[in-house]
Formats: sequence, C-alpha cells, structure tokens
Amino acid sequence: MIGLIAHNALLVSVATVVFGAVITPIAIRVGRREWLQLTYGAVYTNFLLVSIATVGMVVALVVHDFSVSYVAAVGSRSTPLLFTIISLWGALEGSILFWAWVLALYAAAVVWLHHRRPGNLVPYAAMTMLAVAAFFGILLVGPADPFVPVFPVPADGPGPNTLLQNHILMAVHPPLLYLGYVGMTVPFAFAVGAIVSREANSNDWAILSRRWMLAAWAFLSAAIIAGMWWSYEVLGWGGYWAWDPVENASFLPWLTATAYLHSVMVQERRNMLRLWTLNLCVATFVLTIFGTFLTRSGILSSVHAFTTGSIGYFFLAFIAIVLVSTLVLVAGNSEHIRTRANLGGAASRETVFLLNNLFLTAVMLTVLVGTLYPLIAEAMRGVKVSVGEPFFNRMAIPAMVALIFLMGVGPALPWGSTTWTEARKRLLPPLIAAAVMGAIAIFAGARGVYSILAFAFVGYAAVGNLREYWIGMRARRRAHGEGWGTALVRLIGGNRRRYGGYVAHIGMLFVALGVAASSTFRSEREATLVPGETLTVAGQTVRLKSVWGREEPQRSVVGATMDVLGRDSAVIGTIHPRMNFYRVSDEPVPTPDVRSSIKGDLYVNLMAFESNGANATVKVIVEPLVPWIWFGGLVILLGAVIGMFHGGRRRPAPPPAAAEQPATEEPVLTGAGA
Amino acid sequence: MKRAWVLGGGAVILGVFAWLLFGGLEKNMVFFLTPRELLAKGTEGVGVPVRLGGQVKPGSVKWDAQALDLRFTVTDGGGEIPVRATGAPPQMFRDGMGVIVEGRVGTGGVFEASNLMVKHSNEYRAPKPGEEAHEKYKTLIQQSATP
Repeated sequence: MIGLIAHNALLVSVATVVFGAVITPIAIRVGRREWLQLTYGAVYTNFLLVSIATVGMVVALVVHDFSVSYVAAVGSRSTPLLFTIISLWGALEGSILFWAWVLALYAAAVVWLHHRRPGNLVPYAAMTMLAVAAFFGILLVGPADPFVPVFPVPADGPGPNTLLQNHILMAVHPPLLYLGYVGMTVPFAFAVGAIVSREANSNDWAILSRRWMLAAWAFLSAAIIAGMWWSYEVLGWGGYWAWDPVENASFLPWLTATAYLHSVMVQERRNMLRLWTLNLCVATFVLTIFGTFLTRSGILSSVHAFTTGSIGYFFLAFIAIVLVSTLVLVAGNSEHIRTRANLGGAASRETVFLLNNLFLTAVMLTVLVGTLYPLIAEAMRGVKVSVGEPFFNRMAIPAMVALIFLMGVGPALPWGSTTWTEARKRLLPPLIAAAVMGAIAIFAGARGVYSILAFAFVGYAAVGNLREYWIGMRARRRAHGEGWGTALVRLIGGNRRRYGGYVAHIGMLFVALGVAASSTFRSEREATLVPGETLTVAGQTVRLKSVWGREEPQRSVVGATMDVLGRDSAVIGTIHPRMNFYRVSDEPVPTPDVRSSIKGDLYVNLMAFESNGANATVKVIVEPLVPWIWFGGLVILLGAVIGMFHGGRRRPAPPPAAAEQPATEEPVLTGAGA
Repeated sequence: MKRAWVLGGGAVILGVFAWLLFGGLEKNMVFFLTPRELLAKGTEGVGVPVRLGGQVKPGSVKWDAQALDLRFTVTDGGGEIPVRATGAPPQMFRDGMGVIVEGRVGTGGVFEASNLMVKHSNEYRAPKPGEEAHEKYKTLIQQSATP
C-alpha cells in the first residue's frame, strides 16, 4: 500500500518535472511570463511528491513493511529504531531517493527565495534543476526503484550493512554529504541560467551562485571530515584517509568548489577569470555526478561495497549529456563571457588566487587520474592494477603544503599591485612563526621535508591570517575608540565574507596541523595480554582488566575492558575496545575505543581474543592532535556560516568598471604599514 | 605581452605536471594477481609489490597469539601461496573467504603481507548453524553475565 502510493507519487513527479523543464523556454520565447508560474509550480509540486515518497519509505522502514523491496533488502526487526530510519541512505535505491528529495528541497528553496528577481536567470536555473530532477526521477521509477512489490512477503529482513549500523556517525555523514553534493547543483543551475539568459557578464549571478556554493561547500567540508571520523572510529586501523575511490569521489568536487570560492572573488573584484569560474561551477557539478557514478556503479573496487547493475550506464549517459550541452552553451556564448581586465602586478592577491586555483586544479587532476588509472590500464593494457597510497601522497601532498603556504600569503597582499618593499613588510613577519613551528617539528623528531614544511607553513599561515584580525581591530580602535571585543565583532560584521574566509582558513590550519602531527608522530604497538598485563606505547600505559561477552538484540558483542594508567600507575580511566558480531554476517565489525584529549588520542582496537577470555590481542595507537582535525571541521563550518550571511545592506554589486573597492572595504590598507 | 608570459608559463607547468603524474603512476602501480598468475612469474615475482587475491584455503589458518603471527594459504584453485601476516585480526577469518593481501613474496617463497583486505561481497553470508557468535562465545557471554 505504502509502496504503491510512493511509486505513483514518483511517476507523477517525473511527468511534472519534465513538463516544468519544457514549458520554461517556451514561456520565455513566446513572451508569456505568467506561464513561468507553471515552472515554479512544478518545482513545488515535485518537492511535495518526492517528500511523499521519502516519508513513505521512512514509514515503510519503521513499520517493517517487507512487501517493499528496499525494506526487504535492508530492514530487520531486530535493528534499533535509529538505524532503521537511517538505513534510508544505507543502500543504493534509498540513497538515490534521498538524493532526489534533497534536490527537490534545494530547488524549492531557490525558487522560494529568488522567484521575484527580474530577468530570466532564475527561470532558467529552475529549468536546469528540474532537468536534473528528471534524471533522478527516471532512475527511481526505473533501474533504482526502491518500491518494487515483493511477493511472498518475507517475515524478516537481513538489516542494514553491518558497517553502516555500527556507529552513530552514519546518521551524520551521509546527510551532510548529500546536502553538499546535491547543493552543487544550484550554482551549476545558476551558471547555465546565466549563459542562457545572457547574464553571464553581470556579477549578479556570481553573487547568487556564490552564496549557494558556499552553503554546499560547507556541507561537503563537514561531510568529508565526518566521513574521516567515521572511518577512524569504525574501520579499526587508526587512520582516517586512505585515498579510497569513495573518499576521492567526495574530495574531487570539494577541490573545484574551493577553487571556485576563490576565483569568484577575482571575478567580482577584478573582472577576470569569468569563463574559468563558470567552468569550475560546471566541473564541480559534473564531478558530483561522476563521484556518484564511481561509488554507485561498482566499477571500482573499494572498501565500501556497492552494487553493480545497469545504473552505471544511466550515469554515464547523463554525464555525457551534461558535458556536451554545457560545452555547446559556453562555446555558443563565448563572446558574452569575455574577460576584459588584465592581470595586476605580480605581488598581488589575484596572483595568489591564480596560484591557489592552479594547485587546487593540479590536486584534482592528480586524484582524478589516480582514481581512474586502474580502469584505463585494464581497458588499454588488459592488466589489473591498483594505484597505491604512495602515488597520491607523493603527488598531492607537495601541492597541499604549498596551498597552506599560500593561505598565509594571499590575505596579506592587496588587490591590484603593490611594491616589493610593501610586500616584504607584509610577508616577512609570519616567517618567524614558520621558523618556530619548523624547529619544534624537527625537535620532536620529524624528518620528512614535507612534514617539516607543513608544520612551518601552518605557523606562517596562522600568523598571516590572525594578523589580518589584529590589524583590522587596531585600526578600528584607533578610528572609533572601540574596545577589543567590540572591534572584533564589528570588524567581522562589517565584512563577513572576508573575515568568514579567514575563519575558514584557521579551521583548515587546525585540520592540517592535526593531519601533519598524527601522521608524523604516530606510534603503535600490538600485543597479546592476559588480565593484569600492561602495554606501554609512547609513554601511555594500558592494563587489561577483563575480556567479556554480551548479547544484544541484533548482535553479540565481545569486548575487553582496559584500565588507562597515569603516572604512579594510578588508574585514570577505562577503555572498552569491542568486536561486534551481527546476526546477518559472519564477519565481525571492529569497534575500537578512543580516549581523546587536547594532546591527542589513545586508540585501542581489539584484534583477537581467546574464546574462554584467557587473553586478548590489542593494538594500541597513540596519535597526537587527531581531535584537532574534527575541531577544525567545526571552525571551517563557522567560517562558512559567517561568510554566507553577509549583509545585503552593505553594498549592491559594484558595476564591473568600478571594481576597485572603497578604502573602507580594506581595513588592511588603512591600518598596515605601522 | 604579460598574457603571453602567463600562457607560456602555464603550458610549461602543465607539461611538467603531466610528466610527473604519469611517471608517478608507472612507479606506484601495484599489479593485482591471483596465486596462479604470481607463481607463473617465477623469480620475477619475488620482491615486487603486488596485490594477491584469492580464497583462504580451508584449514590453513594458524594464529600464534604470543608471536602475533598469522599464517594462511591463499588459493585460486590453480595455485597456492603461503601468506604470513602480522597484525591481522584472526577473528575476521573464515575458511574459503575472499581476501586481497598487499605485500610481496619474500625469498623463502612466503608472501609477506603488509595489508589485508577482506573482499566484501554485497550479499550477506550469514554464519552457519553452530558458528554464530552467540554459540561460539557462549561460555564467555555466560561468564560475563554472572558477576
């Protein structure tokens, strides 16, 4: 019953979005703007219909309606309620449904917020989103139909993938990822809308799309960090990034989106890189679809097991359609998307942004080629190969270290051009911090060049960004006689985009520091202990107390209870690494336990045990500064939120000719030099 | 003029980048082989990093808890290779399961695995009767229940 209603809702939604997408250009061509209400109506109706289907699926999961194929595949009566609900995105069909719902939500929000805007930009953007919605709608009534009736109705199901029901982060990471991934559709839709409506030359669309891109970017950043955290907490190897195809798939659009967020500023301020920025929008969207294709078609082997089936061909066809149609659009309108301004001086902020885009693109191409190379090698040479972590590390880490350095250079340089003396005055002070950080790293035992450079550049960029606050606050204090706190609040409030960006930079530096420290100074040991025995790793001691077993409705749990010993062998805490045996799978799911402090993590994984509890084999890893990565993720999010809600009252978009900013926009110019 | 410099510089950077990229790929490529394919390579296959894929030969898993030494044999029906893995979780092992081990063949003909991946199939394989965790670890669970 639920299945029938939901399936029909999806069928009607496909018809609705196709109609809405087709009527839009007709309405504009024949000059009947009132028909555009049909476009917007289609967007809202689609949201309603897909919501019915999605809510229907959640209800079917919760009431264990095993006559619905998806519920029969991932549901189980013994799974706890929370994991039953989140199994909505635990397998292929459900995740496509969730994707379609998020897309419908975004489209409705865009139309709701911008439908009053004059011109054809918003109608064409709505049309683009409807066309994308049509693709996902077709998947849902065709190859990825989650509502196929099952007969005879089974009494119970196997439950969700055991890896996915083992940790609470599965309730956090996938929704964030979809909000980020699907959100990239909005700036793409604005890009297409801008070309079709011949508005690509105004900065208006860039301002609209920038805000949506920033929102999607914030979600994607948070999703990637949450995914790293999940991998760290669940997979039991004490790492958070392995250049797995699925990780790469989420990283690729993040790189182009980050490049976009920087190049769009150059476009607004200097009227340059127009075509490039547009292409970054398109590339980001294509990479999200491509990433979904990689992870959902089963074409690459990965630690995440996913389905094979005909769905891959649908994605390939869709990617081809998107690429060809945007190429035709951009090529056919290239005279409207010309860049007029010229490059500024060599020592200027736009030079740094150019380098930033260059490195981000280089990392993106590296990851893309490395991820696809196994496919290329198999097709061209008939050999099965994999590209190991050393490739990604050797190629991507130097560029990422360079990006950290640029993070300290860019904010210190003004737009346009500056003299070398002036540049030197701004760029030299943070070098002291770089030297200090580099020295600390060497003293602590770091020997790798890039590892030492990473620490040094984190110091450089941290001072470079904090100095901007310092200079701005000091200028406000002088000019308005404000206290430090008021000065900080008004400084950020006065130019949220700029200072939000610096907050995000600081967040990135936390992440970089956590990654550099935990990968450089990681120590691990493994041992088989009998109760009472201790194991010491990097000065941290644990003592096995007992090995135990427990029955839970959906699984059996075997765990070890261990005391964490401080100085004088006093017990300062306990830690419980476990192994979960789910009913449906003959493989246990490792469940490491982590004790975090500001200094870093003590990570204990139960590797093996004697079935009478006589001993347990544990792996103990000491990883400095890992929690800083998760904290950095929060700071990035904060920066994005600050940047997103920049006040509209401050100024309308300056006309391209007047792109030079008034002095009040740049407190640095007034405050620097002292 | 400036533009020409930028474009020229860009082309050079792109060229160097492509050269580095494909050089790096060739150097870090790891072949995926079955035991039969690896054995066919003879001495050529010794010391080279490979990913070895196959099934765990039934009855071949031996775990020494004190030395943390795990040994098993990977087979593909046509060939067998003994594998030594340190730091692998033996509770994960089931006879006949698919595994991919990353490492290289040592001089003694034993494959030294540095990384071990269980081949996840999309289909669940429920444990056989008597092999369920609550049966296998019954004593442990009962011991823990009575404090």
